[in-house]
Amino acid sequence: MAVIRMAFRYVRNEIFVLPTRVIAVLFVILLILLPLLTQDMYILRILAIAAIFSIYAASWDLLSGFVGQVSFGHALFFGVAAYTTALLNLRLGLSPVITIPLGAFAAVLVGLLVGIPCLRLKGPYLGLATLAFPIMLMGIIFVFPGFFGGELGISGITRLASSRLTEYYIAVVCMLVLCFIMWKITDSKIGIIFHAIREDEIAVRASGINTIKYKLLAFCLSGFFAGLAGGLYTHFLRIAGPSMLAVLMSFQAIIWAIFGGIVTIYGAVVGVFILYPTLEILRATAEYRMLIFALIVLLVLRVMPQGITTFTRDKLERECPRCKVRNTVTRKNCRVCSSDMR
Amino acid sequence: MRGLPGLIHHPGNRREELAMLSDILVYGLMNGAVYAMLAIGFSLIFGAARIINLAHTAFFMLAAYAIFYFGSELAINPFIAIPLSIILVVLVGVVVYYVFMEPIREHETAVLIVTVAVALVFQELILIIFGGHYRGVSSIVAGYISPYGIRISYQYLLTLGVVSLSLFIVWLILMKTRLGIAIRSSAQDREIANLMGMNVAKIAAATMAISVGLAAVAGVMVAPLYTLEPHMWLNPLVLVLAIVILGGLGSIKGSFIGALILAFIEVTVVFLIPGGAFLKVAIALAIMLTILIIRPEGLFGVYMEGER
Repeated sequence: MAVIRMAFRYVRNEIFVLPTRVIAVLFVILLILLPLLTQDMYILRILAIAAIFSIYAASWDLLSGFVGQVSFGHALFFGVAAYTTALLNLRLGLSPVITIPLGAFAAVLVGLLVGIPCLRLKGPYLGLATLAFPIMLMGIIFVFPGFFGGELGISGITRLASSRLTEYYIAVVCMLVLCFIMWKITDSKIGIIFHAIREDEIAVRASGINTIKYKLLAFCLSGFFAGLAGGLYTHFLRIAGPSMLAVLMSFQAIIWAIFGGIVTIYGAVVGVFILYPTLEILRATAEYRMLIFALIVLLVLRVMPQGITTFTRDKLERECPRCKVRNTVTRKNCRVCSSDMR
Repeated sequence: MRGLPGLIHHPGNRREELAMLSDILVYGLMNGAVYAMLAIGFSLIFGAARIINLAHTAFFMLAAYAIFYFGSELAINPFIAIPLSIILVVLVGVVVYYVFMEPIREHETAVLIVTVAVALVFQELILIIFGGHYRGVSSIVAGYISPYGIRISYQYLLTLGVVSLSLFIVWLILMKTRLGIAIRSSAQDREIANLMGMNVAKIAAATMAISVGLAAVAGVMVAPLYTLEPHMWLNPLVLVLAIVILGGLGSIKGSFIGALILAFIEVTVVFLIPGGAFLKVAIALAIMLTILIIRPEGLFGVYMEGER
């Protein structure tokens, strides 16, 4: 009884007070209960892919938004994990439970390999140098078509699960858990150091913090999550192709994350869950699909350049000037310290 | 395209070796000149406004399609069609800058995505208007000369001439005019330039015009030499990014030398290595990375340890 009362109080005091938290909780509940409303294969497929891409976009946000190591080649992690997963599954016949973590592990190794030479680079240099890696890997894949399947990629991979519903739940639960972990990482002490490195790396170094260690950690973490997304995606689509390493794949992560709002993690999720289904709905407009999509991105960013979640959050909520706790805009006094909000 | 048949290396055949060497020289110089135009434009706008303009090569494509439309479809005299295309593309560039980039310049990441979206809009518009077919534009000048048995078409020579001339003009603008001094000073320190009474937004717009203008001139000149298709902006974009990084961001000299280096590497790989067409970009990028690891600021870049 006491537990229920505590839970109720928590929900009332921590979630109902802020509209954005209500929206977030509703979103999670809706995602989990959606199969009760519809069992449509197509809808489940779109949402499962959106969930997988959310992990990918959020991992970009972790590296580029939080640590400020803007990567234009994030498809590298995604693609390496996808190919590793596919090869392990096809050649050794391992099950997805083993191949996906191994794929993510390969992505971590690649993250280290990329991170070490990139440590000396900064800002745009880093971004444009990372752009090179997936393209180079793609060249290698085309040179050995026998092993990597060349342009067609590797097909005939085991399904993630036997039914679409199970696959949907695997994707959604993975997304919720992994994004929650990423969000918690950015909220921890490590996360504060990540923030600080982005803001002023020299000052962080001057404070006696080994920035190299933390930057490499960021590369590995980001690679790990992007790799998990890559593995899930491969087993879901049952194909690993060179398009997973393409420049557009890297840019997609950036578009989603920035559209949703960077340095938030949840912004990336929102970005994917808005833009990916939009792109699917726009299939109805045939050849105008990409044009309309690009125009939507262009116009939304023109109005809310800080990203859709940050923009809405700032419209719905205000930070208390004294205790820095967020309040709804309608409140006149802070809900914690009751100081005047104006 | 899997290599170039007939140009595969056959040791011992002196005649073919000579032909290949000359091909490498001609194509390398040609591509180098075009990449230099593109990279310098990219470098200029990055320097003056800190905008990574990923739509830069899309303007190049736009110009190529403009000349295709005016020159081949409407059959306007090239001497009218060329300036018309260039002016049109520059206008589009300045409008895009004022409408989409200038108001949100504070949010650098948003600007980045805006440029990608602009490029996608161009690509899709071209796809809708002209279709996805490969298109060719007839040369402005026909015929070729063959000194020492090397075949060089007049179009190549004209392109080289125009590229050199426009690079010289840009150099004059940057070094000798008030606008040039303003551009260079706002590239060094935007805030101080602003404090000195320069309208940095206007300078950025002017730089955007010059930068897009360079891309447009390149697009118009190489349209007869390249095959036009709506995705033709992606490959040059990757190379331009590599060149700019290799030469050092914001350094005009670096962009020029980087362009020549990468163009020659690319052409040599295509001609000498079987399956080189797949590897040309990969090898060019690997060399860029090697140089970058040795010199993190690029060949001619200035690295400021404490820059914030």
